[in-house]
Amino acid sequence: MIGVAAFAVTLLAFRRDYRVLENYKYLFGLGAVALLFMPLLPGIGETVNGARLWVHAGPFQIQPGELGKIALIVFLAAYLREKREVLAQGRVKDWGPLLVIWGAAMLLLFVTDDLGSALLYYGIFLALLYAATARLSFVAVALGLFLAGSAAVYQGTPHVRERVTNWLHPWTTHKVFCPLSGTMTLRQDCTSYQEVQSLYSIAHGGYGGTGLGAGTFTNTQGHQLIPYLNTDFIYSALAQELGLAGASALLLIYMVFVLRGFRVSLLAGDGFSKLLAAGLTFGFALQTFIIVGGILRVIPLTGITLPFVSYGGSSIVSNFLLLAGLMLVSHRANTEVAGG
Amino acid sequence: MNRQLSRLAIVAVVLLVALVVATTYWQTWAAGGLQDRQDNAVELVAQFQVARGLILADNGLTLLAANRRVRRNGQTLYFRRYPTKGLAAQTVGYSTSARTQTGLEESLNDYLTGANTNLSNAFHRTLEQIGGATVRGNNVVLTLNPAAQELALQQLGDRCGAVVAMNPRTGAILTMASSPTFDPNLIDKPGGYAKIVKIKGACGDGSALLNNATAGLFTPGSTFKMVTAAAAIDSGAFTPTSIFHDPGYCTEYGKKVSNAGNPDQKGPEAFGTVTLAQGFQHSINSVFCNVGMKIGAATILEYAKRFGFYSTPPLETPANERAPSGLYYNRKIEYPKHPNTAVDPGRLAFGQEHLAVTPLQMLLVASTIANGGVVPRPYLVKKIIGPDGSTVRATKPDNLGRAIKPQTAADLTQMMISVVQAGTGTAAQIPGIQVAGKTGTAETNVNGVYTAWFVAFAPADDPKVAVAVVIEKQLNGFGGAVAAPIAKLVLEKLLHG
Repeated sequence: MIGVAAFAVTLLAFRRDYRVLENYKYLFGLGAVALLFMPLLPGIGETVNGARLWVHAGPFQIQPGELGKIALIVFLAAYLREKREVLAQGRVKDWGPLLVIWGAAMLLLFVTDDLGSALLYYGIFLALLYAATARLSFVAVALGLFLAGSAAVYQGTPHVRERVTNWLHPWTTHKVFCPLSGTMTLRQDCTSYQEVQSLYSIAHGGYGGTGLGAGTFTNTQGHQLIPYLNTDFIYSALAQELGLAGASALLLIYMVFVLRGFRVSLLAGDGFSKLLAAGLTFGFALQTFIIVGGILRVIPLTGITLPFVSYGGSSIVSNFLLLAGLMLVSHRANTEVAGG
Repeated sequence: MNRQLSRLAIVAVVLLVALVVATTYWQTWAAGGLQDRQDNAVELVAQFQVARGLILADNGLTLLAANRRVRRNGQTLYFRRYPTKGLAAQTVGYSTSARTQTGLEESLNDYLTGANTNLSNAFHRTLEQIGGATVRGNNVVLTLNPAAQELALQQLGDRCGAVVAMNPRTGAILTMASSPTFDPNLIDKPGGYAKIVKIKGACGDGSALLNNATAGLFTPGSTFKMVTAAAAIDSGAFTPTSIFHDPGYCTEYGKKVSNAGNPDQKGPEAFGTVTLAQGFQHSINSVFCNVGMKIGAATILEYAKRFGFYSTPPLETPANERAPSGLYYNRKIEYPKHPNTAVDPGRLAFGQEHLAVTPLQMLLVASTIANGGVVPRPYLVKKIIGPDGSTVRATKPDNLGRAIKPQTAADLTQMMISVVQAGTGTAAQIPGIQVAGKTGTAETNVNGVYTAWFVAFAPADDPKVAVAVVIEKQLNGFGGAVAAPIAKLVLEKLLHG
């Protein structure tokens, strides 16, 4: 409901011209950084499921990174629109701010222990950088830097290392040390328990699924089998109840959404609108890929939410803001086409 | 900028397509493997939400496996129970809450849980599930006769052994009793499994979990003479009237191989001049020893193979609960490369040497003779009935090919009749019904302790039931005295009801 309200307010506030946002781009940039690093503040920050992504605010628990993502996209769209020609020339001094972003992403990854968010923000940055400059070489260099940085972080942080190990070898046949209990157990009974049971949940769905509300998620005593089922692991619940047919249908709807989003971006008249729409849409697709791909063992698992489906206030609000942004761009593009 | 944007759109769509592909992989190709994993907590719970199909005896009434329904935390759960306890414990097997399964519970699991999917029932199942209905498995009706099953177990008592019976015309297994037996209801109770493992039976080293009828390996002794006689007559080397001289032993490799001794007699019996048929009737080892030396081990083994030796007999139980019969060296079945030099043909001919057979295999030999020379294909499942009462599958009787000529089968039947009329198997006589049979008293490595056998079918002129009885470690226990009376009772029960 808050999401719908945010959606309506956004639409109303910027009904005349959202492009004024462009003038406040550094404010958005700073805001994004502030939001992303907020969970690190002592006192209000909180570590959930190994990643430091949450903030208490009175009775509420919010994930400021979700809003930070949108702010970051607004900043990048504005900044890159302005600097695209100079950047394309490849002069070193113009690269300053971009190197700062890379550094920030790395720092973020290191301090929050969350590979998923870092991958998401950096992926959006790369996509917009490519869209603005048309230089694949930039993207390649940036990607190389990211991989190098990630490798360093992998060496340095046990949490990330554990995620990668769980991804590559979720099942062991011999007992390994379990940091959760301090004893020797099979990995599937310890650190990779969640991943493995979530795959079992998906496999149980088969073609047609068990039917809505008829999935198996608790044991015979009524305890939850899969932790974080309603947030991070919502896809494995969905795939069990709706089966291959339902899960594919959901992904197809996402695909349609993504194609419409890029269509808005193609039709938009000015660079800022184009980059804004493309950034919002690509961020949406990438976020879906990172979380669902993690559950499906395509990439290492990271704890970010599935757009529009996960149960979580911050995520829903930010996705409605995303939707509002796309509608504003779309509306303007249509008006311009009609007017011109 | 539009070119870059189009390319980004393609990248975004490719990412989502990768997710569809990965989902398809886990829900189709990889699903079976994941579902079978022991640490699968989802399947562990889901199994209780399925009303597992019932397993019924041939009358369609006696419940061999059923469910206990429990409502807990708003869920309806079904737990397995076995109302007839040890009656057919090894054959029916068990299904535990830790998802270990044996017997038909294991091999028919897909039917029992209703997971046997073809396109149309997958569609119906999905529709029903969306409607919130409990998934119901298929009921399985077996060919086992509960009264004969009970009688067989009662006769075996705590002795180690087995009783198997079938309709030799169709291959339908009517009795499959294995002793010692156990109560499968114990499996899920704390410490229950350990209790079952401790059951050793009167023989001291029996296993209640082993299905003696299909996986127990016993020395066949003289029951193997059915195979040797079949080879001798069918190959044309001998006829039932061929003449032998029996001095009480036969000479092999320059040494004497003696006939079996009778408990009431000192030393081995000597019968003098006899026919092959008489040799069979009185189970004279020297006669068969000479037959073996004449036709050779290769011929005997060749005929054994035709009866089904050296292959695991087909049946609905899991393959690892059935064993092939043949020559075993160091616990491994082996078909010798050069049988005529590697195998002692005389001792092979009367069922010693390294022979180890299952009761089911010896039953197949007798059933083949009863069936005019064609090996029936054994089966336990009469039909599988869907939750809506429709027949999902009904077993059609089949055969495993011809082993011997009809005339050979007829000759052997005559010889087996004489065994029961006036030979070693008179204890199996049934008033008014002609029984054909063969005794077996296999030597063990302990002197005076035998494995007692009796294999028979009746009525001899129109066989309806064939039976094999084996009892291990019987002190001075001859097949004709120990096993034949049990065979007689089971035959009567199955013929008269």
